[in-house]
Amino acid sequence: MQDQTAQTARPHRSTASVLLEFLGSMNLAITLLVALAIASVIGTVLQQNQPYTGYLIKFGPFWHEIFRGLGLYDVYSAGWFMFILVFLVTSTSVCVWRHTPAMLRDMRHLRTKVQEKSLRGFQHQVEGEVQQAPKAYLAEAAAVFARQGYRTKIEDHGDHQVLAAMKGGASRLGYLLAHVAIVVICVGGMLDSKLSLRIAELAGQLKIETRNVPATEVPAISRLGSGNPSFRGSVEVPEGGAANVVFLSVRDGYLVQELPFRIEVKEFRVEHHSTGQPKSFESDLVIHDPDLPEPLERTIAVNHPLVHKGIAIYQASFGDGGSLLDLGIWMLDGRAVTPFTMQGRVFDSYPLETPDKTYRLELMNFSLFNVRPTPTDDGGTDLRNMGPSFTFRLREATGEAREYENYMTPVMQEGRLFFLSGVRESPAEPFRYLHLPAGPDGTPARFVTLLAYLNNPVIVDAVIEQTAAIAFDQATNADPEARAQIIASMKRLVGLFAAGGYEAIAREVETHTAPERVEEVAGIFIRVLHTALQGIYMQVLAEEGIDAPSEADQVFLEDAAITIGALPFYGSPFLFQLTGFEHVEASGLQIAKAPGQNVVYLGSLMLIVGIFLLFYVAQRRYWVWATPTATGTRALLAGSSNRNVMEFEQEFAGLSRRLLPADVARDAP
Amino acid sequence: MSVTREVMELEAPGLLRRLTRIDWGWAVLVVGATLYTLIAFGARMDGYQIGTLIVSAAGGTWLGRFWKPFRTYAVIVALLSLFGLWRYGGELASADGDFFLKYLVSGQSAVMWMCALFFMSTAAYFAGLFARSDFTLRVGSALTWSAATFGLAGLFVRWRETYLTNPEWGYIPVSNLYEVFVLFCVITGLMYLYYEGRTRNRAMGGFAMLVVSAAVGFLLWYVFDRGAHEIRPLVPALQSWWMKIHVPTNFVGYGGFAIAAMLGVAQLLRNRAERVKPQGLLATRLPSSVVLDDLMYKLIAVGFAFFTIATVLGAMWAAEAWGGYWSWDPKETWALIVWLNYAAWLHMRFSKGWRGAPMAWWAVIGLFITTFAFLGVNMFLSGLHSYGEL
Repeated sequence: MQDQTAQTARPHRSTASVLLEFLGSMNLAITLLVALAIASVIGTVLQQNQPYTGYLIKFGPFWHEIFRGLGLYDVYSAGWFMFILVFLVTSTSVCVWRHTPAMLRDMRHLRTKVQEKSLRGFQHQVEGEVQQAPKAYLAEAAAVFARQGYRTKIEDHGDHQVLAAMKGGASRLGYLLAHVAIVVICVGGMLDSKLSLRIAELAGQLKIETRNVPATEVPAISRLGSGNPSFRGSVEVPEGGAANVVFLSVRDGYLVQELPFRIEVKEFRVEHHSTGQPKSFESDLVIHDPDLPEPLERTIAVNHPLVHKGIAIYQASFGDGGSLLDLGIWMLDGRAVTPFTMQGRVFDSYPLETPDKTYRLELMNFSLFNVRPTPTDDGGTDLRNMGPSFTFRLREATGEAREYENYMTPVMQEGRLFFLSGVRESPAEPFRYLHLPAGPDGTPARFVTLLAYLNNPVIVDAVIEQTAAIAFDQATNADPEARAQIIASMKRLVGLFAAGGYEAIAREVETHTAPERVEEVAGIFIRVLHTALQGIYMQVLAEEGIDAPSEADQVFLEDAAITIGALPFYGSPFLFQLTGFEHVEASGLQIAKAPGQNVVYLGSLMLIVGIFLLFYVAQRRYWVWATPTATGTRALLAGSSNRNVMEFEQEFAGLSRRLLPADVARDAP
Repeated sequence: MSVTREVMELEAPGLLRRLTRIDWGWAVLVVGATLYTLIAFGARMDGYQIGTLIVSAAGGTWLGRFWKPFRTYAVIVALLSLFGLWRYGGELASADGDFFLKYLVSGQSAVMWMCALFFMSTAAYFAGLFARSDFTLRVGSALTWSAATFGLAGLFVRWRETYLTNPEWGYIPVSNLYEVFVLFCVITGLMYLYYEGRTRNRAMGGFAMLVVSAAVGFLLWYVFDRGAHEIRPLVPALQSWWMKIHVPTNFVGYGGFAIAAMLGVAQLLRNRAERVKPQGLLATRLPSSVVLDDLMYKLIAVGFAFFTIATVLGAMWAAEAWGGYWSWDPKETWALIVWLNYAAWLHMRFSKGWRGAPMAWWAVIGLFITTFAFLGVNMFLSGLHSYGEL
């Protein structure tokens, strides 16, 4: 994109030539390069092609509409982005087209028609006299240049003779290659882009499917036939299952692309390093293609795809293929102390009932390994496998749902075991974890029993009466009225605590006490509550056959009291404990057909070769202007180079010494 | 002196007769080492790996002829690395009891030496510049050579260590952020040394080494705060021979851009010094604006050329690993942004003839863009390259 040839201005120019000059101008080219760079930034800052509901929550309805309208959720397919690209390709093409003739001429021609005056104007020129006749001298000079790899040509102009020498014309070729390469790469990229889908969509021949329905129910207007020359999509196939379609995600929906064959996933494997990190992902595939004499069996892995009929199948991800889960359901509302059990399959949903509400349990996912960075004793972090987990949604009759993530095995923290259950209101939030202490038998049984006792008025009343009796026996002045009052407030405190934890007590204190006495009263309340809790807990332990609580048993009560306080935020009357599973995996396949790929590679090769020629081949030209004199020849040597001036200067100095020896009078440059 | 050499070369015929005994020795050494590798380990290498080895050998032969000091450097690196391997003797546990491994040639020790030497070389270059001492500047050069020696030998020994830690883990150590920072320091140091040799001016050494020192500072934080030097297995996506060529090529690009930016800083300082204090140190000791400008161009050109190759290689790898040569993944997109930026820079220079301060500023800004593409993307944006997270 050089401006050198655009200097010859004519007075009257047609609109077309003005337009061409604008399109091929350097300013436009640089503006486009910068515009493309800035536009590209947007797509990296704003995560692309996420679910639209996520954007809506993040930006609010107003900005969501504007961003959606501007195509910011899929910048690189947006009309205006395509426009910049097309503009860049056009500008580059015009540039190449305009400069090619001059470049080709410059590459080949030796320019023997030069003026002596212009040679004298060169920065590098030197003049001297030699004893040979012009013809012989120039022949010898030509040999010197030829040894240096120069092409030479001598022309006789009568009163003088000119030798022109040149090398490095490939530098010009570099220019052409590098710029044509940009056009080739962009054209190749367009072949593989979603442009054709976009056009079909605008023409009304395609409609993006946004419903969550099985592939077989997607109507024909959202389907693409197997003849579609280019596509890129993905599909998850459970082990033992097969797929003959692939889903292309477009904005907030998808299209169904039919494949000319069926892909069966026999087995999916993840191998792990001793650290628990994955070592390899592999799928055993069977391609069922009527054109094949027998099904094609092949194993693919990350970095090792399979290409069949120009369609490449990649191991992209993995997921659950509908694992069977054995669940123990413990009640967190204090209504039952033993769990009931059920079996469920991931992706299915099941009705659940409590006496006052109905729920739907939607099993979402199961993962066998959960390698998480965990702090180590020496202050660093280590990767630790937390074991199997599953995620699910608990949907109320109103349609509201919370999402949960439960780990199968209790996790050791500060020497105690806890069941971990994460909860969040929406997928955009991080999980907040409930730490539910595991009993000595490794189940939530003790915690659930404690909860049930706390909610059982018979047990609570009995314990409180008993505790009060002991306390008042020790006291000297037993006033029956005060005793009744204290028992009543103890019961109320336990009730408050069972429903809302410490926070409910704190609220109670703050609303009924003068501010300056809050601390004092809270202290008394907590002591009273703890006495009652301890009494109830002793009942739980007695049930287990423990008379004297150990230190660990006491710590359990403290942990349990904190967990009870967190239950209102947990928002579920159930605790789902994973007791067993049958793992069924699904292999996530990325399937693509990219006819433009080889075009892009060709363009890339041209680009690289072009850049190296452009940077590292210097186009150098020399002229020797020889005029006969009485004693021999007066010779003028001039030269120029478009790159690497330092080396050229050395070469020029060497050549001038060789061609115009120092003992001959000469002008310094 | 250069002129007479040039005259001699003008008259000298044919490439073969121009080769000296050292040239031949070098070629024999490289070919011999390659053959030995092929004979000893060929059975365990696949076609791609053998291809990479042969192309590297050809490249090494050429590099040694093109840049003579590289030969001495390569031989010392090889000897130091082999010494390290010999001390290990196939047992990772050797590192605990062996003096040399513990303090000199285990991967991590060598890298620590590299860090210290780069800091010292930066200090020496600046001391030489301010004290107007050529000797100190030469010390700076020597320190830079030593730092690059330890860095590269450290990487080679680490390569072995990955296999010693667990034969199944073994990988080329250009795979995580710690390793590529070492690679960056080594490549940038060597590229600077090459241009220092060509311009015979050491005054800009401090500036170039400043960016390396910054990288070393980050590396030290990364090692001491995060234990980044611990060897861990690679995620499956990175287990590919493409890694061997994609990453080092990229870092030639980053190295070129980084030095160019620092020369830009030198040029801006010199421009200012010429206005404010024409007799001062910076105005008289730094290379002239023309030389700085020319070097800046050369570094951006070489950086751009290699960055282009690296991006194309990355696209080819992506086609094999992710199912598409271009996914507009943040890392890819930022590579494109870096590329477009320097493409615009080069166009400005070639056809608009821009020189001096604006181009120097642009080169400095370019380094920020490059740094974001290198580090920022991994830290702030999520995408397919997210295995490079801090």
